[in-house]
Amino acid sequence: MGEFKKPTSEQEFEQNFQQIKPLMNKTEAYYESSRCLFCYDAPCQTACPTSIDIPLFIRQINSGNLTGSASTIYASNYFGNACGKVCPTEVLCEGACVYTEQNVKPIEIGRLQNYATQKAIDEKKKLFKLASANGKKVAIIGAGPAGISCACELRTLGYEVTVFEAKEKPSGLTVYGVAPYKITNEEALNEMEYLQEQFGYQVHYNQRIDSVEDLQELENNYDAVFIGVGLGNTSSLQMPGEDLENCVGATELIEELRMNHHQVAMGKKVIVLGGGNTAMDAASEAARMGAEKSILAYRRSKAEMGAYEFEYDLAKGAGVDGMFNVSPLEIQGDGKVSGVKFIRTEQRNGKLESIAGSEFVESCDMVIRATGQSKQVAWLSQIEGLELDKGNRISVNPESFQTTNARYFAAGDAMNGGKEVVNAAADGKQAARGIHNYLS
Amino acid sequence: MPDISANLAGIKSPNPFWLASAPPTNSGYQIMKAFDAGWGGAVWKTLGVPVVNVSSRYGGVNYRDSRLVGLNNIELITDRPLKDNLREIEEVKKYFPDHAVIASLMVESKEQWHQIVKDVENAGADGIELNFGCPHGMCERGMGSAVGQEPEVLKTIVGWVKEVATKPVIVKLTPNISDITEPAQAANEGGGDAISLINTIQSLVGVDIDNFVPYPVVDGKSTHGGYCGPAVKPIALNMLKNCAQHPNVNLPISGIGGIENWRDAVEYILLGATNVQVCTAVMHFGFGIVRDMISGLEGYMEEKGFNSLDDMRGKALGNVTNWENLNLKYKVIADIDEEKCIGCQLCYIACEDGAHQAIGLSEKDGERVPHIIEQNCVGCNLCSIVCPVEECITMVRKDDGSEVVTWKERGEAGTAPTTFNDEKAGGIGHWVPEPKDALKKRV
Repeated sequence: MGEFKKPTSEQEFEQNFQQIKPLMNKTEAYYESSRCLFCYDAPCQTACPTSIDIPLFIRQINSGNLTGSASTIYASNYFGNACGKVCPTEVLCEGACVYTEQNVKPIEIGRLQNYATQKAIDEKKKLFKLASANGKKVAIIGAGPAGISCACELRTLGYEVTVFEAKEKPSGLTVYGVAPYKITNEEALNEMEYLQEQFGYQVHYNQRIDSVEDLQELENNYDAVFIGVGLGNTSSLQMPGEDLENCVGATELIEELRMNHHQVAMGKKVIVLGGGNTAMDAASEAARMGAEKSILAYRRSKAEMGAYEFEYDLAKGAGVDGMFNVSPLEIQGDGKVSGVKFIRTEQRNGKLESIAGSEFVESCDMVIRATGQSKQVAWLSQIEGLELDKGNRISVNPESFQTTNARYFAAGDAMNGGKEVVNAAADGKQAARGIHNYLS
Repeated sequence: MPDISANLAGIKSPNPFWLASAPPTNSGYQIMKAFDAGWGGAVWKTLGVPVVNVSSRYGGVNYRDSRLVGLNNIELITDRPLKDNLREIEEVKKYFPDHAVIASLMVESKEQWHQIVKDVENAGADGIELNFGCPHGMCERGMGSAVGQEPEVLKTIVGWVKEVATKPVIVKLTPNISDITEPAQAANEGGGDAISLINTIQSLVGVDIDNFVPYPVVDGKSTHGGYCGPAVKPIALNMLKNCAQHPNVNLPISGIGGIENWRDAVEYILLGATNVQVCTAVMHFGFGIVRDMISGLEGYMEEKGFNSLDDMRGKALGNVTNWENLNLKYKVIADIDEEKCIGCQLCYIACEDGAHQAIGLSEKDGERVPHIIEQNCVGCNLCSIVCPVEECITMVRKDDGSEVVTWKERGEAGTAPTTFNDEKAGGIGHWVPEPKDALKKRV
């Protein structure tokens, strides 16, 4: 690992962004499923935000009951296929596998889950029986994991569901924001197609709900509205030089990469600012796109990074260098980025402080800001009576996911501030139950 | 270095590891290769009037990702002309004069028996094994297990063979009989020099659930076969013990059934076998497994201080007795090593659903080490058997060993329960939950 040539074709792109959790073959799945102990009250299931009955679905793979296995998975998580690939299983189900207690490799739960659901998707297996129409209508804003999960669950309960999506494709960050080596566009979209075919909700693409009038119309035409709008663009660093050419936000860059693959222009020497999982992805992606140097610059120490350890390892494996305890002061350049001025930092009495006189400039021709996504405060303020918490997240009842405006429900990143696909899928589904209770 | 050479009724071999009469001993080529690899002896694939075989012939039993825990076959005896086999026997013996070559035989008439015994002895065979075990195909023609199941017939044929044989005669027994010691005694009475057991067990290994036909499939049909491999070892060990302990059997025994490593062989020898024969493991892994068998056996003998196989033979036999002689006062209780426990809770659910509800779950948050409810534990071993961690659950002795009371003694003393609601019932005083407490429990 480490040396990637700039990809000039789709084939080269795929090579550089090889799937880290490739689809298992039948033999692999059989052997891996054979290792599962079928724990009682299994810790993997407890660790799963959607509480999938993992021992059961693995046993069903092992006995050759793949349809049953897919049913078990989808009954808990409508993003079963995608989650098998994009979940941070190392810190969820697989991290909880009892095998780890004796230093035995945990069961590859994610890949098994992906395997079992892939078969159902390929064969277009109909796994759910929808309730007959109850005459009630729900609008869903945002076709991301929360919105689609909510839509599927509502359909099983007999609601007429219409999803409004500002972008061109469904699945939200699964297709627009996850690193390309975790899941391909085709995989993410195939599952969406499979779900829509099975659950029969309507999706209007390229239709942004944008104004008080739009919202009013939804309120007039639907019995309840679900907000699954996610987060906004990468937050500003509030420092000079941010508007220079080649200074980009990580979220925006990853989206471009997911859509345009090898055609995306990447700098030769790239500095990524941030220490979260998105920063790791961005740095790794820069390296895989052929950047000669991809540097991760974080203002605190390595140990204080918000990113999961395995994500940092993955970036390192792609050839990313780390710079720690360096805080950016300004992005320099004449029209175009030429470097970043940093100051070194240290912990003093539990506080991060700059070391006077330690400023230095690290040259580069591209800066990726991976400093978190902004909240869609302005957009949300259009909804009457909708309260946000201190972190500008939508306040909801933790059981029903009902907001402070009784007709609105919310889940996903806009509600939790930015978590995993699996959290959005879990909460979106539960929100549907909340909507059902409210409307019945 | 301990001496691992073996001597079965006068048939000597450099080690106790023989190939059983089966596909791996179909030709001189295979047997030469096996001897070259280290096998001590080989029982030639059964000779007789050559047969015509079917295709396909084998069915396997897998357990999860373990292939071939059992093997079933419907192949018959040799399909090669006798003269070719005799020529190859001669050649093998020329190269390996100190290895044991045994001719397995199966024919019908007295004349045929006389002729073939003379033929194989002339070719240089060190001994003869009478195939009275084959449970498929041949038995329909009155041979194989058809003979093994009729002690009188068996005895007669052993007598015919002994009329002309000058080399030791081993009688191979079928397990497809309720009491294997009966044909074993008949073998002795007929003048046999040794017995070998077990041959394969009649079986259907599985059914093709799409086409509704058992395996192996021959043009849409199947037939029962003979079952062997690791799965049959427990059955074979019990039959070996029965013969080894029987006062009227009194013959050296060649042990067969599911042996694939030195541990298996040691178990057979400890239960009275003089040597062992192997087939399935070779069909699965090839002749190379004998290298571990030899080094493992030598290592074991060295560790235990056994100088020869005779030192260890039958060492476990004295410790197998009837149930009625077991000590009812012996009491073990499970003990869970908290350090080793990985929290799978399989012991809990096994005991809860399959035994005596004697394991409780931790009530501390996030803590998954179950605990033994001592007063409920009957010491059945189940938890320690299902536990996936080596030596995590052990059975700890609780009685002080001072008291020994057996069922037999209680019967004689009149302290055994005799009526349906007898106060002396063993389960009286054991806590059992109320039936309705079972409802809505997590499974």
